[in-house]
Amino acid sequence: MENLTIQMAGVPLNHYIYLCAIIFTIGVIGVLTRRNAIVIFMSVELMLNAVNLLLTAFSVHSNDPSGQVFVFFIMALAAAEVAVGLAIIVMVYRNTKSIDINVLNRLKW
Amino acid sequence: MSTQVFYFVATLSIIFSLMVIFAKNPIHSVLYLILTFFTFTVHYVLLNAQFLAVVNFIVYMGAIMVLFLFVLMLLNLNKETEPVKSPLIKIVGVIAGCCLIVTLVGSFKAATITSPLILKNPGLGLVENLGKELFGPFLLPFELSSLLLLAAMVGAVLLSKRDEVEA
Repeated sequence: MENLTIQMAGVPLNHYIYLCAIIFTIGVIGVLTRRNAIVIFMSVELMLNAVNLLLTAFSVHSNDPSGQVFVFFIMALAAAEVAVGLAIIVMVYRNTKSIDINVLNRLKW
Repeated sequence: MSTQVFYFVATLSIIFSLMVIFAKNPIHSVLYLILTFFTFTVHYVLLNAQFLAVVNFIVYMGAIMVLFLFVLMLLNLNKETEPVKSPLIKIVGVIAGCCLIVTLVGSFKAATITSPLILKNPGLGLVENLGKELFGPFLLPFELSSLLLLAAMVGAVLLSKRDEVEA
């Protein structure tokens, strides 16, 4: 384990940024193109994870443990968000018999 | 050698996350999402953030994904009930996403942080170090997050309960 992480020195920080930007964008595309509420939720999880990875990379880069503590808090937040969100989706399904988000377009008014 | 591991795992995570949003069946989406989170765990191990790797493994792959699968089974969805967007909206969504990635990459190119990632302190992401941080300067947010979890739990139970009171 020690040797593996010592050798880790080669990857530039830029590549972490590009990887996280790509995965974040994939999450955005998922939110834009899907209508299934649960898949939209999963895309939001993807975006959260991309941010988590980038925070960890920057924390390692600047040798500051605060970044990893933030990631821990984001994970706690994501767990709470998923619980409440899925409860809302179950309730919507019970009332409309569908999880198509376009059923909810009256929420706009 | 380890940098090649990073690029290999990065490719895998991009492929799996693409599969998440393009899989037709929501169950397949969840399974691909689990694989994506597994690749993220490998990334954390490569960064020597061992505490986060374990937490990611347990919380995301264990708790959150089980919750997703459980709700999917509860709702009894299949391919026939899967709502389809018109191809026009799909194309517009993909184009908008490509615009976003071009903008992001362009702005990061201007920033030019090309210095390689060096782990100065090998014990940075270990439980000991993070625990000292968490129970030192971050004690108040840590306790508040427990309140947040309690509120979320109460809210989830309250939302998913059938309202018999009104009937």
